[in-house]
Amino acid sequence: MARAVTPARKSINTAAAWTVALIIFFPILWTILTSFKPEPVAVASPPVFLNFDWSFENYETVIQQRGYGQFFWNSMVIAFGSTILGMIIAIPSAWAMAFVHGKRTKDLLMWMLSTKMMPAAGVLVPIYLIAVYFKILDTRFLLTIVLMLMNLPIIIWMLYTYFREIPVDILEAARMDGASLTNEILYVLTPMAVPGIASTLLLNVILAWNESFWTLNLTAFNAAPLTKFIAGFSSPQGLFYAKLSAASVMAFLPIMILGWFSQKQLVRGLTFGAVK
Amino acid sequence: MATQASRSAARLMVSPSVILLFIWMAVPLGMVIYYSFRRYRLLNPERAGWNGWSNYSSFVFSPDFGGALVNTLILVLGVLIITVVLGILIALLIDQPIWGQGPVRILVISPFFIMPPVSALVWKNMFFNPSNGLFGELFKYLGMRPFDFLGQAPLGSIVTIVAWEWLPFATLILLTALQSLDSEQLEAAEMDGAPVLKRFWYIILPHMSRSITVVILIQTIFLLGIFGEILVTTAGGPGTASTTLPFLIFKEALLDFDVGTAAAGGVVAVILANIVAIFLMKAIGKNLD
Amino acid sequence: MGRITLDKVSKSFGEVNVIPPLDLTIEDGEFVVFVGPSGCGKSTLLRLIAGLEDITSGQIRIDGNDATHMPPAKRGLAMVFQSYALYPHMSVKKNIAFPMKMAGVDPAEQERRIKSAAEALNLTAYLDRRPGQLSGGQRQRVAIGRAIVREPAAFLFDEPLSNLDAALRVGMRLEISELHNRLETTMIYVTHDQVEAMTMADKIVVLQAGVIEQVGSPMELYHKPRNAFVAGFIGSPKMNLIGGAEAAKHNAATIGVRPEHIAVSATEGTWKGTIGVSEHLGSDTFFHVHGTGLADAMTIRAGGEVDLHHGDTVFLTPDADKIHRFDKEGLRIE
Repeated sequence: MARAVTPARKSINTAAAWTVALIIFFPILWTILTSFKPEPVAVASPPVFLNFDWSFENYETVIQQRGYGQFFWNSMVIAFGSTILGMIIAIPSAWAMAFVHGKRTKDLLMWMLSTKMMPAAGVLVPIYLIAVYFKILDTRFLLTIVLMLMNLPIIIWMLYTYFREIPVDILEAARMDGASLTNEILYVLTPMAVPGIASTLLLNVILAWNESFWTLNLTAFNAAPLTKFIAGFSSPQGLFYAKLSAASVMAFLPIMILGWFSQKQLVRGLTFGAVK
Repeated sequence: MATQASRSAARLMVSPSVILLFIWMAVPLGMVIYYSFRRYRLLNPERAGWNGWSNYSSFVFSPDFGGALVNTLILVLGVLIITVVLGILIALLIDQPIWGQGPVRILVISPFFIMPPVSALVWKNMFFNPSNGLFGELFKYLGMRPFDFLGQAPLGSIVTIVAWEWLPFATLILLTALQSLDSEQLEAAEMDGAPVLKRFWYIILPHMSRSITVVILIQTIFLLGIFGEILVTTAGGPGTASTTLPFLIFKEALLDFDVGTAAAGGVVAVILANIVAIFLMKAIGKNLD
Repeated sequence: MGRITLDKVSKSFGEVNVIPPLDLTIEDGEFVVFVGPSGCGKSTLLRLIAGLEDITSGQIRIDGNDATHMPPAKRGLAMVFQSYALYPHMSVKKNIAFPMKMAGVDPAEQERRIKSAAEALNLTAYLDRRPGQLSGGQRQRVAIGRAIVREPAAFLFDEPLSNLDAALRVGMRLEISELHNRLETTMIYVTHDQVEAMTMADKIVVLQAGVIEQVGSPMELYHKPRNAFVAGFIGSPKMNLIGGAEAAKHNAATIGVRPEHIAVSATEGTWKGTIGVSEHLGSDTFFHVHGTGLADAMTIRAGGEVDLHHGDTVFLTPDADKIHRFDKEGLRIE
């Protein structure tokens, strides 16, 4: 139980915490504000904070002239596709390791984790050459597979830690009650694991959405997701602050809001269960 | 503990992941080692052949390699120090009884969800740009000459951007660790007459030490691969002032089309990452039983 | 029917031999309790019978049929777990219906059995609730209901009362005994609590380190413990075990006297000692007597109204007919 503190003390703490939080959040806030400004106001000196003519004009421009829709769709396909594919492969594996805990389960889990340690830059060359060979460079298929494999260890680990929390007794009870393996997974395990499965899905969609090594290096235009779209704004000719901001907001807002709901799972997922 | 039947079912269910991950690891690794000993330039592929260790020597002894190694080290260490120290302080602050702890947490965690190219471009243009970035405005307001962050201090600027991205991660994990501390322990220490600083040093910090280790190791894995931020801000420049190891490999492979040298660089990166990985695996493995 | 025979059944986990080869027959309709200290292998034995673990060697027969390699579902047994193991995402009704759904029982028949089980177990009002909304005792009853509707050849209980508080435990003990009287189905019940074993069992199996120490009715175990371990384990408070010269007087390595078989007097008796802690329960009084030179502390059970207190000197007299004698190996001497 938190101890009672004096209101004065609490006020000071509150002020300090909010100040820090707002400083950290400020770049995001500023981007959101800028996205509603006309271009000249966006670069005005001294900077303008709130008193300008708010408009959605930048959003319209980005969507209509820069082909935002295509990039957004690619991001959706790649992020959800890779995660769902990964879940389909990971759920049986995590089930097996969590409930048929053998001597080698731990080694197997650690080995899976070790594949995650491979630096992407280290294997850029072979992956690139394979993609060229199979003529799948700049396809959503390639990115879906690569991101699925990249996140598969995290997916398995997260599911494993969630499944481990389901009491084995309940699964044994189902076995005693005459459930086959399929029925045990279908009627007992899956419904109980829904919260864990949902948060694993959420976190891995976020990770895949923001992934920006493979998405930048393996795409040109056809399969390019939002990371590539935004990176396209780095060339000086195309630079308009307000439009950059509008494009940015559209790229991060949906995923940031999803992220807010997955704070707790985030800790667990990214520390492989080491911190709960 | 289970029956024979369930064990064979389990083996069957694990195998797809194992096979896929094995291929994902072994094939590229085998290829990168193979190419690291080959002469192979995408622009004149007919001049291919075995090349001995010369890819390694041209990568390792190139003037860029030493700089890239130092830059990588500065980037990783700089971000680690900033995020861990600030993370501890912010976690301690948020853990105090305050009004609106939920919203504060949400604000603090937000940068983590911003995709790297977005954060890099927002910082580059709207903060670091000397003519119309906010920092430039601030300098002008204070009567100083605007400072060209990305031109004059490219690596420091990138460290700032990356630290901003990763500070939420460190804070959130350290806060989680802090909140799992049994308050009776602190009260016992208080009864024993330990003042605030001593309580922090002898109780809170040791309690958080494992989480701090985890934060350091996991961030290191991700920070060693930082790429998007560099590509869209400085593209490794000016010159090679902000070229890191992954970026150098990228340049060899996709800008100079020298597959052999890039592969040798890849092997070097794998070896370096594995040194870190061994420590990380130990820390996580302890927690498995 | 539910006659279960274990024939040279053994279990090892890797190198560790948890249960050396063991024979046991459980007759149809019997209430058998496996009792022993924690880690004695009693739960493992139950799980072997259930089919949740493979046996390493030997044979299990249920009603004469070889069940050694049958999966749990095919054995026709129902189990009540220590944690109740209710399905948290299903209502009470669905929990009870689950085994019938798996077996493909006709829906009308399902309804009928659920109704009768719910009435028998006082669960009718709770059928639509989730397990999370029930008290410990109610959850226990749901677990039992789920077992009953299967109409199994035998019920297996794995320490079913250990998560309940003391008062509820006594109540549930009675309910399970009544259930057995009503259904007359074989029940195998695992517990570490010898009081549960004594009060419920037709037949008690005392286990230690995977070995059966004794099989018998509660009264056989009480009156004729086969060895010092059973003597010490069965009965509450524990039997006083005395070695040395006093035992030699009776031509034994160890003698045992139950607390209720020792008379206490302020004036005269065989052994002299000082009262340490005395526990007044109203109906009985337990004295812990020190300084007798026989054992660290002798436990004596006296009537409720004995006027003796801490520090008093007392004299103890064992009932000569009720002294148990054990040899060097701890085996009973008749």
